[in-house]
Amino acid sequence: MSDKSHDPNQMTGAAMIVRALIDHGVTDIFGYPGGAVLPIYDEIFQQSEVQHILVRHEQGAGHAAEGYARSTGKPGVALVTSGPGATNMVTPLTDALMDSIPLVCISGQVPTHLIGNDAFQECDTVGITRPCTKHNWLVRDVNDLAKVLHEAFYVATTGRPGPVLVDVPKDVQFATGTYHPPRKSDVHRSYAPRVKGDATQIRKAVSLLANAKRPVIYSGGGVINSGPEATKLLRELVEVTGFPITSTLMGLGAYPASGKSWLGMLGMHGTYEANMTMHDCDVMLCVGARFDDRITGRVDAFSPNSKKIHIDIDPSSINKNIRVDVPIIGDCGNILGDILQVFKAEAKKPDVKAWWQQITQWRARNSLYYRKSNDVILPQHAIQSLFEATRGKDTYITTEVGQHQMWAAQFFGFEEPHRWMTSGGLGTMGYGLPAAVGVQVAHPDSLVIDIAGDASVQMTMQEMSTAVQYELPIKIFILNNQYMGMVRQWQQLLHGNRLSHSYSEALPDFVKLAEAYGGVGFQVHKPGDLDGAIQEMISVKRPVLFDCRVAALENCFPMIPSGKAHNEMLLPEQANDEATAKAFAGGKALV
Amino acid sequence: MLSKGTIMNQPASAYFIEERHDPNETHTLSVLVQNEPGVLARVIGLFSGRGYNIESLTVSETESQKHLSRITIVTTGTPMVIEQIKHQLDRMIPVYRVVDMTLTKRAIERELAMVKVRGQGEHRVEALRLADAFRARVIDATTESFVFEITGNTDKINQFIDLMRPLGLVEVSRTGVAAIGRGPEGM
Repeated sequence: MSDKSHDPNQMTGAAMIVRALIDHGVTDIFGYPGGAVLPIYDEIFQQSEVQHILVRHEQGAGHAAEGYARSTGKPGVALVTSGPGATNMVTPLTDALMDSIPLVCISGQVPTHLIGNDAFQECDTVGITRPCTKHNWLVRDVNDLAKVLHEAFYVATTGRPGPVLVDVPKDVQFATGTYHPPRKSDVHRSYAPRVKGDATQIRKAVSLLANAKRPVIYSGGGVINSGPEATKLLRELVEVTGFPITSTLMGLGAYPASGKSWLGMLGMHGTYEANMTMHDCDVMLCVGARFDDRITGRVDAFSPNSKKIHIDIDPSSINKNIRVDVPIIGDCGNILGDILQVFKAEAKKPDVKAWWQQITQWRARNSLYYRKSNDVILPQHAIQSLFEATRGKDTYITTEVGQHQMWAAQFFGFEEPHRWMTSGGLGTMGYGLPAAVGVQVAHPDSLVIDIAGDASVQMTMQEMSTAVQYELPIKIFILNNQYMGMVRQWQQLLHGNRLSHSYSEALPDFVKLAEAYGGVGFQVHKPGDLDGAIQEMISVKRPVLFDCRVAALENCFPMIPSGKAHNEMLLPEQANDEATAKAFAGGKALV
Repeated sequence: MLSKGTIMNQPASAYFIEERHDPNETHTLSVLVQNEPGVLARVIGLFSGRGYNIESLTVSETESQKHLSRITIVTTGTPMVIEQIKHQLDRMIPVYRVVDMTLTKRAIERELAMVKVRGQGEHRVEALRLADAFRARVIDATTESFVFEITGNTDKINQFIDLMRPLGLVEVSRTGVAAIGRGPEGM
């Protein structure tokens, strides 16, 4: 019998948590201390392998961990206390669930004997987070802790990635038990995501692709989640087939924006050519995307004459919104490889010349057109200037949610995956600033810019303090139109221009605010000053709030109005009052 | 005047509001799960969170050595929704298998009900006679009441309860549906 006191695997629950983080290669975590996690913080204090970033609000920790995860492909880790610490994590967990981001959250809980007692800072954390995690655990015995932590990392990062939460009562953190390193048996036997695609389905898909006259590839965030191999294969497939490719908001960067087959983003604020190609195609290859309602528009008129192939690792994504003809369940990297192999062996490059001619005509409509001005900065122009100024630089972009986010997606060209961090599914205002903190922690020497709106950025502004503390030179580029622009746009289009609570009457002075936090502030009003100021912003090696005053009433086009199909887009030059009223007739009629 | 078309009937919304007209189907699903804390809450939360229907739900541990429980759910929805429900259940971490017993067409479904009837004279005799016809057993009796135990499929139990109503039905306790496939194979 071995002497337990000398067994290096005998340790407290708190020590196991830090040990497990190290065993899973975690170097940075984001968190906020509190009563129920003090033993863990004590362990963190006594080591140097895991760096802890102290945020100012737990929501910030969650989004920072998301930014970290999205920009690295590794899981993001957050550590929060019980009660309010855990409830503040609900938004980031939900955000990560919607966008399939691997996130491991460790929360403290009141001691087991007090659970259910309405103890101080107690809440039913696993109950509250059950619907917003891929899976969660309450650990009641310290000897289960190692197994649960390893399983948590496994579940978060495999299959369709997502957030997980491990709730650890304080007495379990204090108790001593046996730790073991990660091993296969730590995982539920019932959890076995399918990775390899079915060969028969792959053959069917290739046969459809090879005989397509009007094909399109529609890719999503799944390609990026799958890893660099999937991105490489996607690019190769586009090259080999000569097919046009469009992508969702989450998928930007998998195919380079400068690539010749790129149609731009699709969906509600996608380009005319992307949406028309989707509508008129005869074969659609959907890779790692999920036919979200912002993508499809009216479902009964969505791409009515096409055969649809859908590659997804999550069987529940298949036939959820749109019936598809050839579903292929598995990892898209794997399946793209198989498709390419069969295609190259058996198929000829289809003739899609006529189809490209049609697409070129649609492209000529120049659906991202906007009228430039010498007097006032157009938000689109501001993004383009930012894009030009950062070209060739090692740049990461995060965003908040709203008009600025859509303009960023339309006008900032992404050449590589993992460079674009945005809240797609949940649409979380306040995501971008803390996400930028997380990205900068992962990439200390890169240029990290949060393209923000004046309303969104105020939701998590406190994280400027985190950026200053850890000398993270994030650049918060605020397109300040003094409105909640997207809310106002909908009110203008659908609610009789009654701008109910969609403007800010008491905006802070962002320059002074930056200085108050210990950062640097800029304010620009004139188009002529923009480029110089952006250059200066980039050269500053400190956190920046850049107050870019833009045309207040500019709206985001093109746009698929609600209840309309892809071929009923509203284009910018058509977006005069009369056309707008007509396109939104259903809404107006009921105003 | 608004036209009758779907588009014109759209209220002012950021979403396309669709009216689905596919007919609903009723399906019985058998779900084999790891018996661990919260597993039933996960399943029920999935149904309430995604707006699915539960007509009946039965759960009990079936293999205590392996910590396996079997949940039988009777649900209704369009074919697309039923397919979603199965996929959504299947992707939950503690779920081993989901089998659509209705699709196998070889499943036996049974439910047990305890039916309390209060009455005297001719009603009492009639209740006993019907119970006999339905092969219900008397498991409790007083001079003015019976508790019947009846087993069968849902229709049979509904029918029995309907017959008891005019005879002095007091209350009913039902287990919900349990289902198992015919033949030698397990799920």
